[in-house]
Amino acid sequence: MKLHENYKDIPGWGMDADPENEPTYPMKNYTGDDHHRSDYPRSAPQPKDVEILMSTERPKISAVFGNTVPPSGLSGKIRRYAFSHSEDRYRHWLPLILADRINVVEGIVSDIKKGHVPNMFAERGWKMEIKHNAKGFALKVATTAALGIAMYWLLCGKKRK
Amino acid sequence: MEYRGPYRVRTVEKPMPQILHPEDAIVRVTRTCICGSDLHLYHGMVPDTRVGSTFGHEFVGVVEEVGPLVQKLKVGDQVLVPFNIACGKCNFCKQGLYGNCHESNPMATAVGGIFGYSHTAGGYDGGQAEYVRVPYADVGPTVIPPDMDPDDAVLLTDVVPTGYQAAEMGGIKQGDTVVIFGAGPIGIMAARCAWFFGPSRVIIIDHVDYRLEFARNYAYCEAYNFKEMDDPVVFLKKTTDWYGADVCIDCVGCEAEGNALQTFSGRIAMLQAGAGTALQWAINSVKKGGIVSIVGVYGPPFNLIPIGNVLNKGITIRANQASVKRLLPKLIDHVQQGRLNPKGLITHKVPLEDVADAYRLFSSKLDNCIKTVLIPSTKA
Ligand SMILES: NC(=O)c1ccc[n+]([C@@H]2O[C@H](COP(=O)([O-])OP(=O)(O)OC[C@H]3O[C@@H](n4cnc5c(N)ncnc54)[C@H](O)[C@@H]3O)[C@@H](O)[C@H]2O)c1
Ligand SMILES: [Zn+2]
Ligand SMILES: [Zn+2]
Repeated sequence: MKLHENYKDIPGWGMDADPENEPTYPMKNYTGDDHHRSDYPRSAPQPKDVEILMSTERPKISAVFGNTVPPSGLSGKIRRYAFSHSEDRYRHWLPLILADRINVVEGIVSDIKKGHVPNMFAERGWKMEIKHNAKGFALKVATTAALGIAMYWLLCGKKRK
Repeated sequence: MEYRGPYRVRTVEKPMPQILHPEDAIVRVTRTCICGSDLHLYHGMVPDTRVGSTFGHEFVGVVEEVGPLVQKLKVGDQVLVPFNIACGKCNFCKQGLYGNCHESNPMATAVGGIFGYSHTAGGYDGGQAEYVRVPYADVGPTVIPPDMDPDDAVLLTDVVPTGYQAAEMGGIKQGDTVVIFGAGPIGIMAARCAWFFGPSRVIIIDHVDYRLEFARNYAYCEAYNFKEMDDPVVFLKKTTDWYGADVCIDCVGCEAEGNALQTFSGRIAMLQAGAGTALQWAINSVKKGGIVSIVGVYGPPFNLIPIGNVLNKGITIRANQASVKRLLPKLIDHVQQGRLNPKGLITHKVPLEDVADAYRLFSSKLDNCIKTVLIPSTKA
């Protein structure tokens, strides 16, 4: 018989185990439950009414989940691709960040389609900057504008040549 | 409120949340806070933050409706709702790891479900709203004791337990020197809670003077501005007899300032999951054999931290999302006995309609803001 199949017969097995050596206490109350793995009583599953993207690192969906903002459009396609890779991979996280950025543009388009032009000034809370940080904010706006003009001038200047 | 993109939020009318699972409840929100964690979402740092999501994981309110299997909560109960969504039955919940529940987030396995914290944390709408769906209503939500101020209660949903757990994970022994990075609400609360474990010195580090001043008064600690130091690590070594602190606590997370390389690679180029500056300083200014406790939040892929020094110095790292439910009984007692004054952190109260202004105020650290409470105008 192979020893690992009857691991308790390995010479010295468990001899130095020290129950006091529990570096996770008190954040984790050691109950031994984690050796029971997945045989705990789960709540009944929440009915799935929208598309849920699930991590490839688990066998089945959790008993409850959020059903908000299901994936849609181009960003949704990218998110679906991202979720075909595990949380270990850059191929999971980088596409998600890209999808988030594309989603912002989709949001503006859908606003405009509904006849609503987003009020960037209000949504960004710039009123507060003007009220509490007028000087700093003016400086930031001026720097950004100056950089913008400089870039424009450089690019157009090159074209003219 | 809903998220529209980095630095853009607004209020909109959304459909009433529904009971989607027999253990759900619907809570009418009476107070909800903006957290430093929300800033990571607001700044577009958390992957899979979808446009149209509602943020908010710190809220208290009144139970409006309960699902058929809910037994402990009744309609009309005033509840505080821990930020983590926890089933109470999985192996992790049973071990008190309510911040690591395995049955509340199908979208990622590292993090459990959190209200209003992107699809990476389960895709739930959050509490910066008039009404919110609360899963596992018999597990997390806790009835607010009748003599407790709701302003105290709302800070028990995250800030107080997180600050407390930050100190608890530090394994502070009597006489220790504790250094806390970050003088936001979490760092200030961690500094205050550190005293419960008997240290002889508590030092807080930040670069925002009004916050350092606030921390000095609120948490009875020493407070220093890292922008006024040549080198924060050398400064801390020097003030601890050149050994380093016994315990260092990171209450900053991925949007740290103070190191150009970290800032560029982590926050501008996004080549790592935010800037690891505070964690780097914590590791490098703790003594050999010391403990580093992390509650500052970092993104999923990876960060550049001096892991070689962790090894060579024999450092123990402890970290987690706070296990709010586990800590509540003890913390409610500290508040009721007058040992802790959570609401003392609140500097601003803003109507929910002005959510965009409130986010800007907190994000840009304007008007000496420490903690903002949003108040929905819904009538019962
Ligand atoms: N683990 C949890 O359960 C949990 C819960 C809540 C919040 N958090 C996290 O805790 C962190 C702090 O939250 P907060 O609400 O206090 O946020 P905050 O943004 O108000 O505070 C962060 C503070 O850190 C300071 N800072 C920046 N760079 C620094 C540096 N290099 N050294 C020292 N200080 C520096 C900032 O000036 C700011 O005052 C966030 O990352 C948040 O996501 C974790
Ligand atoms: Zn929070
Ligand atoms: Zn659980």
